[in-house]
Amino acid sequence: MSSPDAELTRLDAAEIARRVQAREVSSVDVTRAHLARIDAVDGAEGGGLGAFLHVAAEQALATAAEIDAEIAAGTVRGPLAGVPVAIKDNMATRDMPTTCASRILEGWRPPYDATAVRRLREAGLVPLGKTNLDEFAMGGSNENSAYGIVRNPWDPSRVPGGSSGGSAAATAAGETPLAIGSDTGGSIRQPGAFTGTVGCKPTYGTVSRYGLVAFSSSLDQIGPFGRTVLDAAMLHEVIGGHDPCDQTSIDAPLPPVVEAALAGARGDLTGVRVGVVTELSGEGYQTGVLSAFTDAVRVLTDLGAEVVEVSCPSFTSAMPAYYIIAPSEASSNLARFDAMRYGLRVGDDGSHSTDEVMSLTREAGFGPEVKRRIMIGTHALSAGSYDALYGKALKARTLVVRDFAAAFEQCDVLVSPTVPTTAFPIGDRVDDPVAMYLADLCTIPANLAGTAGLSVPCGRAPEDGMPVGLQVMTPALADDRAYRVAAAYETARDSAAGAPFASTIPDPADLDGRAPLRSVSTLQGAS
Amino acid sequence: MSDITREDVAHLARLARLAVTDDELDVFSGQLDAILDTVGRVSEIDDDVPPTSHVAPITNVLRADEHIPSLDREAALAGAPAAEEGRFRVPRILGEEL
Repeated sequence: MSSPDAELTRLDAAEIARRVQAREVSSVDVTRAHLARIDAVDGAEGGGLGAFLHVAAEQALATAAEIDAEIAAGTVRGPLAGVPVAIKDNMATRDMPTTCASRILEGWRPPYDATAVRRLREAGLVPLGKTNLDEFAMGGSNENSAYGIVRNPWDPSRVPGGSSGGSAAATAAGETPLAIGSDTGGSIRQPGAFTGTVGCKPTYGTVSRYGLVAFSSSLDQIGPFGRTVLDAAMLHEVIGGHDPCDQTSIDAPLPPVVEAALAGARGDLTGVRVGVVTELSGEGYQTGVLSAFTDAVRVLTDLGAEVVEVSCPSFTSAMPAYYIIAPSEASSNLARFDAMRYGLRVGDDGSHSTDEVMSLTREAGFGPEVKRRIMIGTHALSAGSYDALYGKALKARTLVVRDFAAAFEQCDVLVSPTVPTTAFPIGDRVDDPVAMYLADLCTIPANLAGTAGLSVPCGRAPEDGMPVGLQVMTPALADDRAYRVAAAYETARDSAAGAPFASTIPDPADLDGRAPLRSVSTLQGAS
Repeated sequence: MSDITREDVAHLARLARLAVTDDELDVFSGQLDAILDTVGRVSEIDDDVPPTSHVAPITNVLRADEHIPSLDREAALAGAPAAEEGRFRVPRILGEEL
């Protein structure tokens, strides 16, 4: 880790941006260092992390050279110009494949860029490639990818979380300083917690979903990953803002998240009212998660925050409601994969009808979790079950919205552990979908209510040494509050430890004695 | 218990255009049953509560009725599994049994 290249991959994005824009280092050198890092730690064949599904080395170096030339000529496109970034592979990229980690979209090249991707390019960031995920973002462990698992940089025998597992692992391992992911029920915050990175699900409608392959349209939201709160905030401002191409995009100014992160870092939370959600702790929560969370809340108190306990009784029905609403929307959204306009086609031999070709293609192209969710959604929307399942889930959603509204009358932000446990061993939950769904318990309410949530690392669980996340939730369009509180906490955490938390992430290149692993083919056969 | 049978799974798979195998019918019936047992807890929610289908503070979005460029034909067909004469080529639509 002493080579100049390795040093560049440990820098945070704000510092890389400063050095590149001051011409102390070139974007090409920074990009090359990260590509070398990917080469060293990512190759899935050699037991590497498997965080990337596609690395666009040549394009990245060409983009970096272009940014360097602009800077030399006196033009800086934006605060993160010249900084590498990774993109979850469920966002359309016109110069890279977009597979959603599904066989049904193997090799597909979209004819356009997602708005979030276009904004990255316009702001001068350097896309390194596309990251692995649970197929169509359905899962909490990245084990549902058709192209292999992703390993957790803290312990390669454990999952990185999901569905944005590749973006989280790549950010933690220094393969990229920044990444974007999507969060439908916790898919940014949960892998953020599992990998010791910062991840934010912005307020619904504040980052355009145009070009994000739809899973559950009323819940899906794109958001940033970074190793520091400020980095996540800077990326958040690049991708956010109104977009006429997304009909649910909110035409309002983005909350000032960078300003809030900078203000928070001064470490004063005097007057901030923090609510600890009663229903998001207790039985079923890992001991080390609860102790890390309790310690974090104590830090918030020390910083001047006023901490109260708040009850949100409906949060206990959020998980069941989510696992009706999300599959229902998915069963409709994924009907577009019909083998006619793009993607895989199976059985088109002259003997099968369109209807049969569709069924054969979807059978061959979708993995087991996607099939389960499509069938659950089909069931929940069918005439006999609509009222008892889908209708009731929408009512439960109303109660969650009301509980948030009542809680935010008493508090400025709500806090909870991001996940009830730390990252679990690869293979542990693949045969038990319900156990897998529990990983989203604390993150789902914010998706149902369209409010914002951010996960910031708050230490490690003593029993397994794995990182724990502190979730900070805010009202809609008040994302800045989460950044302020998280940045204040981060500053106190690092000053108490005497070193930035990110500097304690183990280097996967140094890890040995990896636990024996089940093969990927075993995992894929888990239907 | 939700009691999802193999026949129920076969029916759902037909509706969802999934040509599932016999083995999958066994595995999925157990798994869907367990999932529906868990999510079925929403049945306890009071019927008087109004539903929320989405939280976007938006009711309708209109734009000026003007011609704007869209994908050209070549780009739209570039990812098609089969194309012919500038169109998507699809298998026969009508079944012989009709």
